[in-house]
Amino acid sequence: MKSLLPLALVLGLAMIYGIWYQKSRGRIKSKSPAATATPTVTPAEIGSDFGSRVTLLQFSSAFCSPCRATKALLADITADLSDVHHVNIDAESNLELVRRLDIRSTPTTLILNGNGVEVGRAVGAPKRDQVIAALAGVASIK
Amino acid sequence: MQNTKENIFGDSKVKLIDARGPRFSAGITTIVLATALVTHSAILISIQLAIFAIGAILSPAKTPYAFVFKKFVKPRLTGDVPTEDIRPPQFAQSVGLIFAVAALLGSFFGISALFTVAVGFALAAAFLNAAFNFCLGCELYLLIARATKR
Repeated sequence: MKSLLPLALVLGLAMIYGIWYQKSRGRIKSKSPAATATPTVTPAEIGSDFGSRVTLLQFSSAFCSPCRATKALLADITADLSDVHHVNIDAESNLELVRRLDIRSTPTTLILNGNGVEVGRAVGAPKRDQVIAALAGVASIK
Repeated sequence: MQNTKENIFGDSKVKLIDARGPRFSAGITTIVLATALVTHSAILISIQLAIFAIGAILSPAKTPYAFVFKKFVKPRLTGDVPTEDIRPPQFAQSVGLIFAVAALLGSFFGISALFTVAVGFALAAAFLNAAFNFCLGCELYLLIARATKR
């Protein structure tokens, strides 16, 4: 029987990574863009006008079940909000955007303000109260 | 159980499988690879390689582990059946296959470090899948598409 050290190392590191991974999925990371920041996508590219206050731009893959859950959640939350648009696009058929916006996995949901500037993003499926809190935090463009 | 169903994104018909099956298989794989890592057994890694190959080339639902799940584990499970598209688990099996091939080459040519590293990575992926439902294949899929597709 050879050393148990590689096994202990692999499982130990994997455990640490796994715990971090679980905690970070769906968490919404905010950005504070400069006042002069310009949008990194255009309405034409995403197939929809920007919402007057917020756009939730979700990147999905066809086979990804957390994407389905996120799509359903965001559609439900935004159904009654007239100043928020939810746009869901397929990552694989929009690789230009994926590269430009540095999307690495699906679902990734970008939070854009009324000017289309990114103010936050969630990698993985966010929870309902996280989304609602994030939406509340986006100020209107005057 | 396999059945075909149109998915919510309106694509052409995709195969859906019981999502708990691949996770169970990942648990068995974790035990097999952990043992292989400690014993440096070429036989054990060859067996796992064959299983990865079946899962990657045929279907993750056709491996011996999947058979055990269907016959002995699934009948004891309660609640709704969570389904998932077959493609991410199948892709994950291909990733496992690549690691297993590297490990076997390491064993064959006496490059012990290659064996240890390759088995270590495969074990980490299987463990993360079993314990945290982390799917390495899913995470890699888009990164690979980004880097390689036009």
